[in-house]
Amino acid sequence: MISASPLTGCAALLAAWAFIGLAGLLRPSSVRFAGRTLFPLGAVVGLALAGLAGWSLLAGGTEQLVLPLGLPDLPFHLRLDPLSSFFLLLLAASSAGVSVFAGGYFRQGEGTAPGLLCLQYHLFLASMGWVMLADDAYGFMVAWEAMALSSYFLVTTQHRIPEIRRAGFIYLLMAHLGAIAILLSFGVLQGGSWQFTFDAMRAAHLSPAWAAAAFLLALVGFGVKAGLVPLHIWLPEAHPAAPSPVSALMSGVMLKTAVYGLLRVTLDLLGHPAWWWGLVPLILGLFTAFYGVVFAAVQTDMKRLLAYSSIENIGIVFTGLGLSVIFLGAGMQAVAALALLATLYHCLNHAFMKSLLFLGTGSVLHATGERNLGRLGGLIHRMPWVAWLTLVGALAIAGLPPLNGFVSEWLLLQSFLFADRVPHEFVNLLIPMGMALVALCAALAGYVMVKFFGVIFLGQPREATLAHAHDCGPLERLGLAWLALGCLLLGLLPLQVVAALSAVTRQLVGTAVPQAASQWWLLAPVPGRSVSYGPLVFLAATVGIVALTVLAVRLTYHQRVRRAAAWDCGFGLLTPRMQDTAEGFGQPIRNIFQSFFQIERELPAPSDRAPRYRIAIADRFWSAVYEPLGRSVQRMANAVAFLQQGRISVYLLYSFVTLVVLLALALLA
Amino acid sequence: MRPEDWLTQLLEIVAALAAAPLFLGWVNQCRAWLQNRRAPSVWLPYRNIRKLFHKDAVIAQNASRFFRLAPYIVFGTMALAAAIIPSMGTRLPLVVSADAIALVGLFATARVFMSLAAMDIGTAFGTLGARREMMVGFLAEPALLMVIFVASLLSASTALPAITEHLATQTLGLDPALAFTAVAFTLVLLAENARIPVDNPSTHLELTMIHEAMLLEYSARHLALMEWSAALKLFNYACIGFALFIPWGVATGHIGPLGLIVAIPTLALKLLLAGGGLALIETLSAKLRVMRAPEFLASAFLFAVLGLLVHVMLGGRG
Repeated sequence: MISASPLTGCAALLAAWAFIGLAGLLRPSSVRFAGRTLFPLGAVVGLALAGLAGWSLLAGGTEQLVLPLGLPDLPFHLRLDPLSSFFLLLLAASSAGVSVFAGGYFRQGEGTAPGLLCLQYHLFLASMGWVMLADDAYGFMVAWEAMALSSYFLVTTQHRIPEIRRAGFIYLLMAHLGAIAILLSFGVLQGGSWQFTFDAMRAAHLSPAWAAAAFLLALVGFGVKAGLVPLHIWLPEAHPAAPSPVSALMSGVMLKTAVYGLLRVTLDLLGHPAWWWGLVPLILGLFTAFYGVVFAAVQTDMKRLLAYSSIENIGIVFTGLGLSVIFLGAGMQAVAALALLATLYHCLNHAFMKSLLFLGTGSVLHATGERNLGRLGGLIHRMPWVAWLTLVGALAIAGLPPLNGFVSEWLLLQSFLFADRVPHEFVNLLIPMGMALVALCAALAGYVMVKFFGVIFLGQPREATLAHAHDCGPLERLGLAWLALGCLLLGLLPLQVVAALSAVTRQLVGTAVPQAASQWWLLAPVPGRSVSYGPLVFLAATVGIVALTVLAVRLTYHQRVRRAAAWDCGFGLLTPRMQDTAEGFGQPIRNIFQSFFQIERELPAPSDRAPRYRIAIADRFWSAVYEPLGRSVQRMANAVAFLQQGRISVYLLYSFVTLVVLLALALLA
Repeated sequence: MRPEDWLTQLLEIVAALAAAPLFLGWVNQCRAWLQNRRAPSVWLPYRNIRKLFHKDAVIAQNASRFFRLAPYIVFGTMALAAAIIPSMGTRLPLVVSADAIALVGLFATARVFMSLAAMDIGTAFGTLGARREMMVGFLAEPALLMVIFVASLLSASTALPAITEHLATQTLGLDPALAFTAVAFTLVLLAENARIPVDNPSTHLELTMIHEAMLLEYSARHLALMEWSAALKLFNYACIGFALFIPWGVATGHIGPLGLIVAIPTLALKLLLAGGGLALIETLSAKLRVMRAPEFLASAFLFAVLGLLVHVMLGGRG
């Protein structure tokens, strides 16, 4: 019954991940066994899975399988189609780098035992893969929960620290709120057939109102996981709390499972979206992108900064998704495919660049024990490998050509630009505004990345202890280099990526993005207009001109260099503390977008002996939405607390009364 | 692409490299005249660059490789930018690989490298300059992008030469959307090139400076490259302005000797006028406090977005 095919191969590799995890329990306290053997093995499995998923993506076929596992009447259904192949590829390819890095990263004495950590880590990977393969609501929810639980334990690795336990709790709570919405969405999607396989949902005919309800519920459910504002509050707490490889996976891959889920529900299970559905993710996405990047600019904790940057990128992804749904609903398949392409491309790019940056912070954290940007600096001298590889990720995420971040932003801007008129005036006016906001976010991302890289790696060390920082080990270098290479290749070979993605766009919106130019190195996605981008030529021209300049300067003039102290304006007391701190560098943004933040300032008085300057920036959504919500839940709980008497006789009475009432109801009916 | 197109391409780069300092010298001369000062020679920027190339480089003790690499990257990106802006002809082979969005990306690359290099030494001035430069940049960059997008929508292309060709062959008459964007573009040009309302190119007064603060640690050949790139940037911005708003005179077909005879004097004339205009704006306006610069730039951004909305409301899309 089960024959060798890409789908069984993928399922077997996911099982292999789970077994690698279980093997960690053999020697739970051995860092060497987990780090030198199991994590690299996990990376190899990742590479194999990436190869298989990539092959299946290029082949473009669809394959289904029923596993004789699960509940008696509810076997697990699996399905490998272009959409799931693409997201499996994303998971496997980026996690390979993270796993190798993790092999060198985890040390003794970091909370959870290494073997247990290995189990949680690989179960996390396997459950994410399962989410992408699941073909029924039951299997999907089991995988989804397994993913949430395994990542919860990973977030709380250092569970002895109260803040980390709190972050984990918030994460778990939000994850379950999201799961409820997803469950309800599946409940609507089955459309009265009570069949929970995805095939049945595809066949179900929903009225427009119910279809919209299913879409909105899915948007909320997956939006929580993705970190869509205002459902984002768990993200800046959980990402910094987790160990860096886990943050990398959560940010790079787990957020994309939410994008996968929403795409699956909206464009596959529901099939024919109304145009106005797209407005919701479009507007929320734009707001999320802007909100995320503005908050990222004022952060002082490097991992929290990256977490907010992830929120920004998810906003951009949802913007593309919303745009695609609007165009599809308006019957403009070609532009819808372009917007969807930009969305998927950005997901893939973000998986590589954000994992790279999170791993970079992990190395910095290990070398210095410091997460606060204000206590770092000058690490490019002590940690050249980490610095230069992280620079690739920082430039990529800032959207600079010819790296990968630029390509997806370019595609997104093109789909904004060359949308023909949508038959709705409001949307026609909204689209230019959206384009302006995307451009603004991209530019702000540059600001954030200059701050991130400049404050950590450049300048003078702000603390004396930084002089003992050491570069990362070989496994960590390999992981970082793999991800940096991914950023570079995804940027340089966009045409090949677009060709691979054409199967997905064909599956979801019915058409692929055409290639208008005949050259293999030229990306020209809009036929009939002269719009093209050739990163290889771009890179060659840049490198050529720079090399010529270097050569010309060297040949024509002398190369004498003298080292001297930095210019101190004759002041004579230049100390590292005179550099901008992270607060200082974010100050213009804080001033310009003041109304976004809830700022608490503590300024020194002129007479203070020891002047203290403190500034705390909080998310307004906490005080405006979540704290009142929490209080009202508390009030409701208090109101019904009298039921809880704490005596067994009372509880028996409750059961008895309930039974009697139910019997009475049954008899009456 | 024919060999003469590659020749045009080469000519554009060489001309930009050669003429950029002259344009800067011309602006400075006009400024001096307008301000009743004795004007320096127009050749002063060349002499300055030459002098700097001959000096010994002095580099701060804790400068990393990044610091020494940055001037070359900045110079390279600016030279490449000059290659893809149609200043004389529109048949440019490199443009198929880098459209106007990539051009904005090039400017962003230069800005990011310059700011990071300024942070590399770790002095108060360097980081201050970097922070202010990024503050100016994050508003100016999307404004420039929006300006280009209005023209893109008019001509159904994001490649600057195609835009120029389309606009140059149109009947004379200013599109209302372009009028808005012209204002926005002028503001962006002033801000991005460290000109007067936002920055002052001729001062080292710490409280006001942006661009100069970033270059404070550079000397000799590195400084020469940075200065030259700054001149190139101004030249490039001027040429973007010509390409979008006064595209006439650029050779639109395959360029021949005749095309060049028209294109070169036209470009020179445009640059002469633009330099005078720039000097006039700088003389007539006062330097803004740094904290007011975001407002200045926000208005540039809003003008550009308004231009876009006007374009959409007037019904011309695609």
